[in-house]
Amino acid sequence: MANFDKELDATGLNCPLPILRAKKSLSEMDSNQVLQITATDPGSVKDFEAFAKQTGNELLESSEDSGKYVFLIKKS
Amino acid sequence: MSEKKLAIIATKGTLDWAYPPFILASTAAALGYEVQIFCTFYGLQLLRKKMDLKMSSLGNPGMPMPMPMPVLLQALPGMQSMMTAMMKQKMKSKGVASLDELRSLCVEAEVKMIACQMTVDLFEFNTSEFIDGIDYGGAATFFEFAGESDICLFI
Repeated sequence: MANFDKELDATGLNCPLPILRAKKSLSEMDSNQVLQITATDPGSVKDFEAFAKQTGNELLESSEDSGKYVFLIKKS
Repeated sequence: MSEKKLAIIATKGTLDWAYPPFILASTAAALGYEVQIFCTFYGLQLLRKKMDLKMSSLGNPGMPMPMPMPVLLQALPGMQSMMTAMMKQKMKSKGVASLDELRSLCVEAEVKMIACQMTVDLFEFNTSEFIDGIDYGGAATFFEFAGESDICLFI
């Protein structure tokens, strides 16, 4: 498991809450810090790709493990 | 990155139709958009302090029902409240945000909400019924922002 600076539990939440919570967490972080997000919404896979592309934050990793989706996002 | 703009006209005042404007506005704001929602006619319900919105299946044959139900039955007293309670319950169990939560997120993200003055007067709403921080304006006010928007939606 890669290193991260902050963790966000978005399990059980549905669109658009995981994205909105992630945005909020990132806004409290410094540039180049990494946020790990855990979600259960299958739609979040594509949504976090789109979020990263549009906000300039880098999606370092996107993985799935038994119904849980884990994302690592580096703040730009 | 120069800021993109999203302009939304919200015209519906049922529980289900209140979601798209707030979901899109809050998400767009999170993506860095500047957002305005112009609320007119039944969309004014989205601006009331107490949103108390209801579901209605009437005139909506596309609504999935737990069991087949004749339209006349759907019109009986109490049915609307029952369907509203069922929908809220279902949304909660699926982790869907409440409208109040989504609206708070919009307010927090500085989404600008504008109440259509003409329909506020038409329905004789008292402005004290609405949340603080909103603007009042007409069609020209809407176009001032919408004319420069990248995305413009009528909901």
